[in-house]
Amino acid sequence: MADFLINSVGLPPWLAWTVMAGVAAFLILNVIAGGALVFIWAERKIAARIQDRLGPTRTGGRFGWLQSLADGIKLLAKEDLMPEGADGLLFRIAPYVSFCASFCAFIALPFAFDFVGQRLNVGVFFVVAVLGLEVFGVILAGYASASKWSLFGAMREAAQVVSYEVPLGMCVVVPVMLAGTMDLVTIAEKQAGWFTNWYLFHDPFTFVVFWVYVTCAVASVNRAPFDLAEAESELVAGFHTEYSGLRWSFFFMAEYGSMFLVSALAAVLFLGGWNGPIPLAKLLGVSAGTGDTAHYLVRLVGCGNLIAKATLGVLVMMWIRWTLPRLRIDQVMTTCLKYCTPIAAAMFAGAMLWQLFLPGGLVPGVSRPAGEIREGWIEGPGGAASRPANAPAQAMAEVRP
Amino acid sequence: MSGCLMLAAVNFHTLLFYVFAALACGFAVGVVLADNVVRMALYLVLSLGATAGLFFLAGAEFIGAMQLMIYVGGTLVLLVFGVMLTAQAPFVSIKTSAGDRVLAGIVAASLLALLLQAAFSVEAWRRPALGEVGPPAATPIGVALVGVRVDAPSAGGPQGVRSGYLLPFEIVSVHLLVVLVGAAYLARAKRRRTPRAIEVAASVASPLDARRRASSPASALTAGGSR
Repeated sequence: MADFLINSVGLPPWLAWTVMAGVAAFLILNVIAGGALVFIWAERKIAARIQDRLGPTRTGGRFGWLQSLADGIKLLAKEDLMPEGADGLLFRIAPYVSFCASFCAFIALPFAFDFVGQRLNVGVFFVVAVLGLEVFGVILAGYASASKWSLFGAMREAAQVVSYEVPLGMCVVVPVMLAGTMDLVTIAEKQAGWFTNWYLFHDPFTFVVFWVYVTCAVASVNRAPFDLAEAESELVAGFHTEYSGLRWSFFFMAEYGSMFLVSALAAVLFLGGWNGPIPLAKLLGVSAGTGDTAHYLVRLVGCGNLIAKATLGVLVMMWIRWTLPRLRIDQVMTTCLKYCTPIAAAMFAGAMLWQLFLPGGLVPGVSRPAGEIREGWIEGPGGAASRPANAPAQAMAEVRP
Repeated sequence: MSGCLMLAAVNFHTLLFYVFAALACGFAVGVVLADNVVRMALYLVLSLGATAGLFFLAGAEFIGAMQLMIYVGGTLVLLVFGVMLTAQAPFVSIKTSAGDRVLAGIVAASLLALLLQAAFSVEAWRRPALGEVGPPAATPIGVALVGVRVDAPSAGGPQGVRSGYLLPFEIVSVHLLVVLVGAAYLARAKRRRTPRAIEVAASVASPLDARRRASSPASALTAGGSR
């Protein structure tokens, strides 16, 4: 698209790249903020239904679908309080640190073949690394609030997130090993075709490792039953006890953003990314030579696919939250160290052996090795694979005199 | 329009480099000047993050992500340990004495002089090539540390015992781990056992009764509840 701006519209390269970066940032910001509005409404409705209530019903018509907007306006109008003994700078900056970490991880997340903020060849690694930084804002908030509840919550969160990064990393390594790349775009592309090509169904080990990933992902974004950092029955509200108004809502935007992000990552790594369960585009005869408009439509549908899968993941997280009771801190650590980590390690070894001895699956000839691109139709001139991974970096290099 | 042309003349890549470099240096100075351990950690994280930005700018995405994962994530753990092990009261500020300042200044200045001298003495930055004999530079040592001898290709290879300096490098790493464990041991708070209120009351009443009660599960429950 930047090439289009440079060649057809005639913008200078620096302006074209700035505009492109702005558009990408704007879109991602809207995914997070708009997503948070929808998800908070959905969470309230789901919680209500699970508890045999109605939830919001009045604001904005029949289903109360404007409730989040009303809440947002209320939060905007609230006074921005700060405790007297707090460390002012850290207290003010903490919500933005959390939000920025959540936001930055979206940069490398592909929504469809070309719909990615910045295609990185270490995309998985980048997303996991940046996602781990979100806890930093929580620790700052807990420390700077000068409140015991906040500090307790922050310390619990630090212990929990640092521990759960280990099994989470191991789970993520399995699809990376199958695909032979850390590039999220390529990983998703290799799962194209029927849903049996998804890494979830590749072998029994990946199937198990997916559920370990789900557990670790729920824990790493601090959702119940792992929400010890804000356990309201013991710590008032944990790390955000002292926050109010817009700063408080930044924490929640970060939380819902991270939920969406880990779900989208699960979709890309295990559930075929933007590829639907049925290769509709291929059945309808869209191929490399069909034309740009058809390709663009296919990409839009793919983007919808990914968002649908990620939303499904978020809804499952809500379902878990309102179904299971909160774990104690020692139970959380036991789950991580005694169950998730060994299971993930064993499944990693199992998937590796499977790749060695049964690369073609149980029935040779029906399925193909995981590292191959199974459906080659997008590998044409407009395809994602034909584009170099670091196109903007190269363009930067070209701009250089 | 002239403004646009002026902006176009500015090299975008160089501009971003300067922005990230200034951020990294500025926050590094912030780490030195701050007197609170958590603020120091915040500045350190921002400085390291800007360094990661420099790596991304250079196209070294893996190193950039590594920088984020290891250094920025590591600072996080450091911060938790710092707060847990050193803080006796909220918002402790660390005051540096004048002597320490002078000493640190001398060490930093000599190190900076050494680094500047080394950085500016390199004629041209280039990739390491196999078997190339050039002016002495740090590149062969750096590559040898990970097990490849570019300066002496015959010494390397899978069957060669002396394949680079990987073993000494690993030994140094293990030493670092030992030092970390030792530091945690030294910084550990000395445990001082204070008798619980109910135990004090019990011991005043009757030593024999208190001993009997302390061993029963019921007293453990009440003692836990009285905290």
